Amino acid sequence: MIEIKDLHKSYKMGSNSLHVLKGINFSCEAGELVAIMGSSGSGKSTLLNILGMLDEADSGEYTLDGVPIKDLSETKAANYRNKFLGFVFQSFNLINYKSAMENVALPLYYQRVPRKERQEKSLKYLERVGLREWATHLPSELSGGQKQRVAIARAMAAEPKVLLADEPTGALDSTTSYEVMDLIQKINDEGNTILVVTHEPDIAEMCKRVIHLKDGVIVEDKKVEQVRASQYVK
Amino acid sequence: MLSRDTWKEIFETIQKNKLRTFLTGFTVALGIFIFVTLFGMGNGLNNTFAKFFGDDATNVFFVFPGRTTIPYKGYKANRRIEFENKDLTDIEDKFSMLLEYISPRITRNALVTYNDESDNYSTRAVGPAHQFAEKTILMKGRYINENDIKGKTKYAVIGRLVEQDLFKGEESIGKFIDLGGSVFKVIGVFQDDGGDNEERNIYIPFTTRQLIEKNTDKIDQIILAFRPEIGYAGAMAFEGKLDAFLRDKKFISPEDPNGIFIRNVADNLKQNQQFAAVLQIIISGIAFAVIISGIIGISNIMVFVVKERTKEIGIRKALGATPRKVTNSILFESIFITTISGFVGMIIGVVVLGQIGGKTLEDDYFITNPYIASGTAVFATILLIVCGTIAGYIPARRAAKIKPIVALRDE
Ligand SMILES: Nc1ncnc2c1ncn2[C@@H]1O[C@H](COP(=O)(O)OP(=O)(O)OP(=O)(O)O)[C@@H](O)[C@H]1O
Ligand SMILES: [Mg+2]
Repeated sequence: MIEIKDLHKSYKMGSNSLHVLKGINFSCEAGELVAIMGSSGSGKSTLLNILGMLDEADSGEYTLDGVPIKDLSETKAANYRNKFLGFVFQSFNLINYKSAMENVALPLYYQRVPRKERQEKSLKYLERVGLREWATHLPSELSGGQKQRVAIARAMAAEPKVLLADEPTGALDSTTSYEVMDLIQKINDEGNTILVVTHEPDIAEMCKRVIHLKDGVIVEDKKVEQVRASQYVK
Repeated sequence: MLSRDTWKEIFETIQKNKLRTFLTGFTVALGIFIFVTLFGMGNGLNNTFAKFFGDDATNVFFVFPGRTTIPYKGYKANRRIEFENKDLTDIEDKFSMLLEYISPRITRNALVTYNDESDNYSTRAVGPAHQFAEKTILMKGRYINENDIKGKTKYAVIGRLVEQDLFKGEESIGKFIDLGGSVFKVIGVFQDDGGDNEERNIYIPFTTRQLIEKNTDKIDQIILAFRPEIGYAGAMAFEGKLDAFLRDKKFISPEDPNGIFIRNVADNLKQNQQFAAVLQIIISGIAFAVIISGIIGISNIMVFVVKERTKEIGIRKALGATPRKVTNSILFESIFITTISGFVGMIIGVVVLGQIGGKTLEDDYFITNPYIASGTAVFATILLIVCGTIAGYIPARRAAKIKPIVALRDE
């Protein structure tokens, strides 16, 4: 599903340049649930953003579902993001003046799904994250966990090939974190490919595979016995 | 150009960001409103000028006798100059090629009585041609004619307000009024665009006035009109020749500033029209400056809007919004608001102009019927919309080009 070879990325700051990714090689199959770990500043977000086409690598190869991702125009990148990728951010990134349902419907709008269908679909995904009755509420009226579940519903509504989550539980307490992970596991059970950036070991253990980033390279890549989050949820 | 769905999305955004919408809309509406009212006031000022001078014929000279200040040809200074009937015929003979008509005018105040009503009015003893010089409009009856002049008839043509005050709605034609001790028959009633004061005048034959005043042949002033075809330059030349002729005839030094006065309406008119035109240009300039500041206002708001929405733009891009979609939604939102509020401002301006036009404004501020041609108002509004769009396009385009990762990091 994802294939990257010798990926490099550095940030230029004035005359200095910070080499963050120094040759990443990584691949994953459809249906995997991968945790990306590493200390703060190790380049986890940078890697995820490149995978999400929100940012570009300096060099290296990247193939997503057989499509080489290279020298994309902004328009093309936008279309790929829309079709292939779903994002979940640490800070939720919901649009504050849109209701939960409208937020979920937004990627569908960019897919040119008709209005009526959009509403039905977004209600269906809100139902799945258990927030159907919150559909008309604004993000400001929701708790952190609820916001993240809306964000997950939004990411899933577009039916992406890969779900990218950057510290989805970073802003949540542990109970809420487990609820969110329970949701992510269920989505993964249905065959969706998911990459989760985290620095919490218990969250990483709820994935099926854990990779470790250090000094710009992957230093560890291991399969783990998945801990089900459902056992911690009431 | 845009699908219904896109419009709906834009409309929802507008609805949910009321403050932003209000700020943009208010700037635009205010700009257009000020433009329309200012421009309309300018036109109103122009109307006042036109009215001031439209009251009288514009090809007219008023000739007044004065008092000499320089001794000349054996005559001492401080001599009073007087016109008499002979002067009228002499001018007629001498300038027959240039002259359209000529009339004397002798002005006297008189107590005028009809039955129990009486009041003081200004009477003007004139010739038939005076009607054209003053643009007197007969409402009923007739004006003074040549036979009245020859016969020295005691006939009077009274102003609309004289009739109203003395006759109280009664028919005045054919009735007799006492005019300073002599009985006159009313033969006509007139109105005049020159305002209420003009309509409180009474016209009588000048020969009748002279007869009453011990059969004198003196005249207060001479009013004459040149043939319009001689043009402005011709009129100025005529004025010079007439001045020289009268000075020679009355033994007034060519250098004497006070012996004789000629008021040339054409010259006054031209100067005043130029003044009004300059004023109109200044007002238009200010009005357009208002439009320009409106455009700058919109640009600023657009920059602010885009800045404020950077994060949202990042989110939308992450969710698959293409740069074009981002630009369009920002731009069409702005066009929509600008258009609606622009036309609202324009309509309010036009309505306000219609409301404020009135007596006080006319009498105290010299603004008559302020109005703006609908073409000008629409043009200014469209100009603001178009320029506002261009001004909005630049920040919108820049926003659309920001890398999503950069936009997302914005707080
Ligand atoms: N836009 C940028 N400009 C300059 N340096 C950057 C930029 N973004 C990230 N960096 C630097 O790159 C390095 C990696 O950043 P990154 O955000 O990928 O780390 P991370 O592993 O996600 O850390 P955290 O766990 O704290 O989120 C950091 O040292 C950071 O300072
Ligand atoms: Mg990070």
